[in-house]
Amino acid sequence: MSLLWIAVIGASVLSFAQKWIGYQAPQDVLEQPRIARITRLLPIALLGALVATQTATSGAQIVLDARLAGLGVAVVLLVLRAPFLVVVIGAAAAAAALRALGWA
Amino acid sequence: MTALSPAPSPQRGSADARLRTIRRTGLSIGFATGLYGISFGALATASGLDVWQAMVLSAVMFTGGSQFAFVGVVSGGGSALGAALASLLLGIRNTLYGLILAPSLPRGGVRGAARAQLTIDESAALAASGADDEERRAGFWAAGVWVYVFWNLFTLAGALAGQRIADPAAWGLDAAAAGAFIALLWPRLRSADAVAIAVAAAFVALVTTPVLPAGLPVLAAALVAVVAGLLPRRGEES
Repeated sequence: MSLLWIAVIGASVLSFAQKWIGYQAPQDVLEQPRIARITRLLPIALLGALVATQTATSGAQIVLDARLAGLGVAVVLLVLRAPFLVVVIGAAAAAAALRALGWA
Repeated sequence: MTALSPAPSPQRGSADARLRTIRRTGLSIGFATGLYGISFGALATASGLDVWQAMVLSAVMFTGGSQFAFVGVVSGGGSALGAALASLLLGIRNTLYGLILAPSLPRGGVRGAARAQLTIDESAALAASGADDEERRAGFWAAGVWVYVFWNLFTLAGALAGQRIADPAAWGLDAAAAGAFIALLWPRLRSADAVAIAVAAAFVALVTTPVLPAGLPVLAAALVAVVAGLLPRRGEES
């Protein structure tokens, strides 16, 4: 078996272990008020970070391109209370249109 | 209409309607995310992995960022060990998702293993948008299962078709992902505290992007929630 195969299988199994171990924390620890408050706030921070990295980074660089316009369209649609799918398609269409026109 | 709107409704019928909407949202997230599998499959085979290795990564590793990091290191001429380490560094955040999701999802058995395997950005994000445990479970399984199905199908398509497939960015799919994350975040921005945490986290992620290895900026941003959670409470919950 090649070294590459060993790395593929080893990293894949360890990746599963990383996911699995997060669930093994004892429940009474998670229910402490302070911990419960942090786990309630964590999704907000994680989603905020994912929006930022997905919109404005490419590798290790900050890149402002058509994705920013896509995010702007998404926010407008959210203010207008558009359904989820409309928001996602609107963001994609705005970015794709700008790129097709060669503007971004 | 949207499942992501904050207003809770007491009626059973509308609760079922919300669950249906959440499941539909999971399907659309799964399809949009799965399309990225094409570029992963194409990139993997172009980097020197064979089709089977690309498929093991998508089926077993199953966490997009780590998979791209793995083939990125290989295609850059890095060692197999370096590729494995890069992918595991990126996978740390999945542990964090498990901590958050543990109280809402069933434990043990086959479903316990499936729950772990399907723990990724998209399933954690859709679960987080649920108003109660039932909605969180529906969101987790819908997004997790559909991303898994489409991600593996499109990885195979990309690996077989190789480099002939166009760049997903031309279709705006990278902006679609940003749109999906902001749409999931939006209903949670109900208090000034929540907005402050989201903005601070976005800021930390961007500032640390040039200096931290890929994947860690999102974890650094998670510290914002830890700090905010440890601050003295001001009565108002977010």
